[in-house]
Amino acid sequence: MDVNFSDINYLPWLIPVGPLLAFVIISLLTNRSKWVPATDHHEYGGHHPDYDGMEVPVVTTQSRIASIVVGMSGVVAAWLMSMTVFFEGISTDKLGDKTVFASGMNWLDTGLNALRMGVLVDPLTTVMLFMVPIAVVCIFIYSIGYMAHDPRQARFFSLISLFAGAMLTLVVADNLLLLFIGWEVMGLCSYMLIGFWFEKKSAYSAAIKAFTVTRVADVIMLLGIVYLYAMTGTLNFREILNNPETLDMLSNAPAIIFGSWGLSASGLIGIFLIIGTVGKSAQFPLHVWLPDAMEGPTPVSAMIHAAAMVSAGIYAIIRMYPLFAAGADPHHGVYSEPLIFMAVIGSFTALFAATMGVVQRDVKAVLAYSTISQLGFMMAALGIGAYVAAFFHLITHAFFKALLFMSSGAVIHAMEHGEHHVHEHHHEHDEHDEHHHHDETEPHHFDPQDMMNMGGLRYKIPVTFYAFVAGGISLAGIPLITAGFWSKDEILADAWLGLTHGYGPPALVFIMLALAAFLTAFYTSRQIGLTFAGQPRTEEAEHAGLGGPRSIISRTMQLPLIILIPFALFAGFVGVPPEFPIFGAIFSPDGNPFFDFVKYTVLEAFQPEKPPFSWWPVLTSFGVALGGWYLGWLLYWREPVKAGEEDPIKRILPESIYNTLMNRYYLDDLYKMVFVQPSQWFSRVVVSEFIDRGIIDGFIHLIARLANWIGDLLKLLNLWLIDGVGDGIPQGIVRFGVWLRRVQTGRVQQYLILAIMAALLIGLIFVVSTTVAAN
Amino acid sequence: METIEIFGIDALSMLIIAPAISALIVAALPANKVLVRWLSLAFAVLIGALAVVVFFAYDHSGEQYQFVVNVDWFSLLGASWHLGIDGISVTMILLTGILVPLAVLISWEVDDRVNMHLALILFFETGLMGVFAAKDLMIFFLFYELSLVPIYFLIDQWGGKNRKYASTKFMLYSVGGTLGMLLATQLIGWSMAFTEYGARSFDIEAITAYWPQMLEGQLFLGVDVSTVKALAFIGYFVAFCIKVPVWPFHTWLPDAHGEAPTAGSMLLAGVMLKLGAYGFIRLVVPFFPNIWISEVQFLNLGVTVAGVFAFLAMLGIVLGAFAAFGQNDIKRLVAYSSVNHMGFVAMGTAVMAVIYGKAWEAATLATGAGATSAELQSAILAANGAVIQMFNHGLSSAGMFLLAGAIYHKTHTRDLNEYGGLWVKAPIYGGVFIFTSMASLGLPGLNGFVGEFLVVRGSWPVFTWLTVISMIGLLFTGSYILKGIRATLHGPFNLKWRDYKLEIELREFIAIAPLMVLMLITGVYPNWILPIINESVTRIMSGF
Repeated sequence: MDVNFSDINYLPWLIPVGPLLAFVIISLLTNRSKWVPATDHHEYGGHHPDYDGMEVPVVTTQSRIASIVVGMSGVVAAWLMSMTVFFEGISTDKLGDKTVFASGMNWLDTGLNALRMGVLVDPLTTVMLFMVPIAVVCIFIYSIGYMAHDPRQARFFSLISLFAGAMLTLVVADNLLLLFIGWEVMGLCSYMLIGFWFEKKSAYSAAIKAFTVTRVADVIMLLGIVYLYAMTGTLNFREILNNPETLDMLSNAPAIIFGSWGLSASGLIGIFLIIGTVGKSAQFPLHVWLPDAMEGPTPVSAMIHAAAMVSAGIYAIIRMYPLFAAGADPHHGVYSEPLIFMAVIGSFTALFAATMGVVQRDVKAVLAYSTISQLGFMMAALGIGAYVAAFFHLITHAFFKALLFMSSGAVIHAMEHGEHHVHEHHHEHDEHDEHHHHDETEPHHFDPQDMMNMGGLRYKIPVTFYAFVAGGISLAGIPLITAGFWSKDEILADAWLGLTHGYGPPALVFIMLALAAFLTAFYTSRQIGLTFAGQPRTEEAEHAGLGGPRSIISRTMQLPLIILIPFALFAGFVGVPPEFPIFGAIFSPDGNPFFDFVKYTVLEAFQPEKPPFSWWPVLTSFGVALGGWYLGWLLYWREPVKAGEEDPIKRILPESIYNTLMNRYYLDDLYKMVFVQPSQWFSRVVVSEFIDRGIIDGFIHLIARLANWIGDLLKLLNLWLIDGVGDGIPQGIVRFGVWLRRVQTGRVQQYLILAIMAALLIGLIFVVSTTVAAN
Repeated sequence: METIEIFGIDALSMLIIAPAISALIVAALPANKVLVRWLSLAFAVLIGALAVVVFFAYDHSGEQYQFVVNVDWFSLLGASWHLGIDGISVTMILLTGILVPLAVLISWEVDDRVNMHLALILFFETGLMGVFAAKDLMIFFLFYELSLVPIYFLIDQWGGKNRKYASTKFMLYSVGGTLGMLLATQLIGWSMAFTEYGARSFDIEAITAYWPQMLEGQLFLGVDVSTVKALAFIGYFVAFCIKVPVWPFHTWLPDAHGEAPTAGSMLLAGVMLKLGAYGFIRLVVPFFPNIWISEVQFLNLGVTVAGVFAFLAMLGIVLGAFAAFGQNDIKRLVAYSSVNHMGFVAMGTAVMAVIYGKAWEAATLATGAGATSAELQSAILAANGAVIQMFNHGLSSAGMFLLAGAIYHKTHTRDLNEYGGLWVKAPIYGGVFIFTSMASLGLPGLNGFVGEFLVVRGSWPVFTWLTVISMIGLLFTGSYILKGIRATLHGPFNLKWRDYKLEIELREFIAIAPLMVLMLITGVYPNWILPIINESVTRIMSGF
C-alpha cells in the first residue's frame, strides 16, 4: 500500500489521530499532580468532599496549561484537516455517486479472506466533518474556563480528547465494525466523564446507568453486525449499501430467527441495528440514561447531546438507511419492518419526552428531555424515508443544542459564583457574631441548577442570555430566522406528503411531531422565562456572574457561544426549499443545496423525492412554534414568577399528571423493580449461593464425604479382618512403614525437592535419550 | 525450515527443560532474597525471550508443524519425544513466555520461603511449555499432569485463609478429571494398532489421521469401537471441561483463584485454563469428529454433542457473568470473569467441532450433507476467535489478578465493600485498573473485543439462539466490571485507608505495562497475530 497522507484518499486517516494522540500525551506525560491537603483547597469545589487531614492530588498549573495546549492542538489539527476534506468534498461533483475518498487495509484475517478497515468520505461524512469539529473545538475552548478550578482538569482534557477522537473515528469509518469501535469507545468516554466527579453518588450512579443501558442496546447491535457480516461477508458500507444485489439478497432471504413470521434478513439486521441507536440516541424505552447524564460537567453534556454520542446513534442509522429500506419504498406506501419500527419509536419518543420537558425545574434537565425529543424527530423522519431531512435536523440540532448546553453551563457557573459569594458573605457575618449557633449556619442545600432559584439573569449575564435565546428559538423552531425551523419544517413537509397520499406511518409522524413541536416551543419559552425574565428570586441569583468580563473564565466560556450563535440561527439557510416564497429565491435559486449534495450518498432508488411545496406543513410549523412560544410567554414572561411563588405549570396541570411527569412516568422505578433488583438478587442468591455453592459444591462435598466414609469402612475391615488373619505380613509392612516414615517428614520443602528431583530425572532421561538417539 | 538450537538442544526442548533447570538452581540457592529474586527473574526473562524468538521465527505460511523434534523415547508403548508447534501452539507459547516473568516479578512481594515459591513458578512453566509443544499424546499427558503439582503447592503453602480447602478441591477436581484422560490416552494409543496405521502410537498427527476412521461394528478387546470411542471422549471431555472450566465444572476455580497468591492466580487464569481449551482444539475436536455430530437426547430435543457443549458454554457465559456480579470479593469476582470469558472460547470450540465433524463425515465416510463453504467460514472464524480469546484472556485476566493482588497486598482485604474512592489516593492505579477492566469487558479497540466478535460471528449462524442468550452474559460482563470499578475507585474515599500507601508500586507497574501494551496493540491491530492463528485453523478445517 502506497500511503501518502497528502492524498485526499488517505488524509481522513489522520483526522482522528490528533485528539487520540492528545489523549495519549496528556495521560502519560502532562497529567502531573501535586499533593495538597484536601481541606485547604477551596478550589477543590463543591464536587469533591473534604477529607480531614488527608492530601489529595491537584493538577499542577504547568500540567494544567500543558494539557490544555495539547488537547487544543489535537482538536484544532483535526478541525483543519476536516476543513480540507470538507472543501474538497463539496467541490467534488456528485460526491458519493461516482467518486468517494476512500482507502483501507487488512485488519482481521478470516480464513482465506480478511476483514478490511478503512476510511470513507462521502456526502454524509463530509457534512459531519463540518459539524463535529466545530462543535468540538467550541466545547474544548469552553472547557478551559468551565473546568478552570477543577483539580483534575488534565484528566478531563485527556478523556474529552479521546471522546472527540472516537467520534471522528466513527465519522470517517468505512465499515460498520470501525463505526462500532468508535461507538463503544465513546460509550466508555461518556461513562468516564458522566462519572467524572466520581466521589458523588449521583455522578457514578448516572455513569453506570448510562453505560449499562446503552450496553443493553449495544449487545443487540453486535448481533446485527455479526448477522450482516455472516450474510454478506463484508461490513464495508459501500459494498453493502450501494450494491443493489446485496440489498436484494438481504431483503429476500428469510431471517434466521423469526423468519417464519415473514421477517426478512435485512429486516432483522435492521431492527438489531436500530435498537443500537435506540440505546445510544436515548429513544424510548432506553432513554432513561440521558437525563441522568447531566451529572457530568456541562462540557460533557454538550459533547454527549450535540457533537458526539447521541448524534452518533442517529448518524449510524442514517448511514445504514438503504439496508432498512431494502425491499421497501416508503415514498409509495411500502414500508419495511425497520422503517415502521423507527417511525413508531421516533414519533412516540418525540412527544413522550417533550411532555416530561414541560415540568422540569432543572435547567439542564429541560434540555436533556428536549434532546431525546429532537432525536425522536430524526428517527421518525428516517422511518418515513425522509433521510435527508433527518440528517439536516441532526446537523442544525447539533449546533443549537451545543449552544444551549454551553449557555446553560454558563448559567450554572454564574449561579455557583453567586452561591460562592453568598457563602463567603455569610461566613464573614458569622465571624462577627460569635454567638451564632453553628446548626443554623449549616450550609442549606442550594441547587444552582434549579430554575426556581434563578430569574432576572438577563442583566447579570447578557451574552449568555442572547446565546440562550438564539439557541432557544432555534430549538423551538421560530419561523424563518432560525435553523431549527428549516430542518423541522422539512421533516413535517415530508410527513405531510405521505399523509396526503393516505399512508399510515407519515400520518402518525406528522401528528405526533406537530404536537411535540408545540410542546418544545412552550417549554423552551418557559425555560428562558424562568431563567432570565423578571427579578432574581434568590440572593444567589442576585450575585450571579462569570467573574468579570476580563476573566479567563468569562472569556473562554463566552467565546464559543458567540461562535455558535450564527450557526444556530443561519445554518438552516443551506437547506431552504427552492419553492419557498422569497427565501427560496434568495438561498436556493438552483435547488436545495443541502439536499442536492447529500442525496448522492445512496443509490438513486433510495434517494428521497423532494416534497413539493405545500402551505399546510409550513403553516403547521408556524402555528405550533409561535403558539407554543406565546403560551410560554403568557405564563412566564408577561408576569415573571416572583420569589416564593409556585411554578405556574404546577397550578395548571392536575397534581397526578404533574407528579407523573416529574417522576418520569415512574419508568426508572419500574426498571429498578423489574430489572435491576431482580438481577442483583438472582446473581447473588440464585447463581452464587444456590447453584454454585449449594448444588454443585454440595454434590462435590457429598462425593468427598462418601469417599471418606468408604475409607473409614475399609479401615474397620482392615482392623477386623486382616489383623485377625495374620500378624506377620502387617508387621513387615509396619517395619517398612517406619523406614519410609523418615522420608515422610511432613515438611513441604522436602516434598517439593523430591518432586522436582523426580521431574528433573525425567528431564535428564529425555535429554540423554534424545542425544543418544540423535547420534 | 529454520531451526534454533541453544547449547545443542533444539528450541522447543529448551523451552521445556530450561524452566525446570532454572527452578532447580533457584531452589538450591542459599536463601538470599535479593539474589534469588533477580536470578529467577533473569531466568524467566531469558526463557520468555526464547519464546518470543520462537514466535517470530515461526513462519505461518510455511509447514503446518515447525521446529519438529522426534526422538524415540518409550518405543515399547509407541510414545516418543515428539515436539512441534503450529500457529495455535506458538501463540500459547508466546503467552506463557510473556506471563511467567511478570508473575515472577509480582512474586517479589512474597517474603516467605522465597526460593521455593519462585522455583515452583518456574517449574510450572515446564509443564505449560511441555503441553503446548507436545506432538505426542503421552508427552502431552505427562506435562499436563506435571503442571498441577507446582500450582497445588503454591496455593496450599502461600495462599489465603481458606487455602487448604481451595488447594485440596483444586487437586481433587483436576486429578479426578485426568484419571479418565489417562485411561482414554491408553485406550487410544493401544487401539492405534487396530487402525490402518497398524502400530501402537501416541503421535497426535497419526491419531488425527487414522483413529477417527475406526468404524462402528469393529471390535476392540471384544468391545464395540463406538463404546471405546465414547469412553475415550468422555475421559477427555470431562478433563478439559474441568480445566477450561466449562459450566458446571467450574466451582474449583473461584476458590483456587481466590486463595492463590497473586502470581499463582495470574498464571492459573492466564495460562493454565488454556491447557483445557488447547486440549479441546488440539485433541478432542480432531479425534472425535463423529461423536461431536452424533445426536443425543437432551431435554427431549435431539441435539448434537457439540450442541450440548455449546449449551454449556452459553451457561458459562451467562451464569459466569451473573456469579461474578454477585461477588463481594474482588478476587472471586475476577475469577468468575474467567468462567464468563472462557465460555466464549468453549462456544467457539463447539462451533469448530460441529462443522469439523460434518466436513469430516462427508470427506471420510462419504455420508451426510457435509459442511457448506459458509459453514466452514463460520467455523474458521469461531476457532480463530476461540484461540485469540485464549490469548486475550491470558493478558487481561493476568492483568486483573495483578491489580486485585496489588490492592490486596496493601489493604489486606479482598472485600469490595471495604474499598471505595481509592482513585483519590491512587490516581495511576485507577487509570490502569480502568484500562485493564475495559480490556476484560471487551471494549472495542482493546483486545477482548476481537475474540468475542469473532466467536459471536462464528456461532451466530450455527447456534443462533444460544448466541442470542449469550448476549445476556455479555451485558452482565459490563455490570460486574462496572461493579468492580465502582466499589474500588468510585465514591467518597474510605478514610480507613487514609494513612496507607495505595498507589501502584513501580514494580507492579512494570509488570503490568507489557500486558497493557499488548492489550492495546491487539485491539487496534489484531492482524499482528491473527494470521498465524488463522493459517493453522484454516488448515485444520480444510485438511480433508
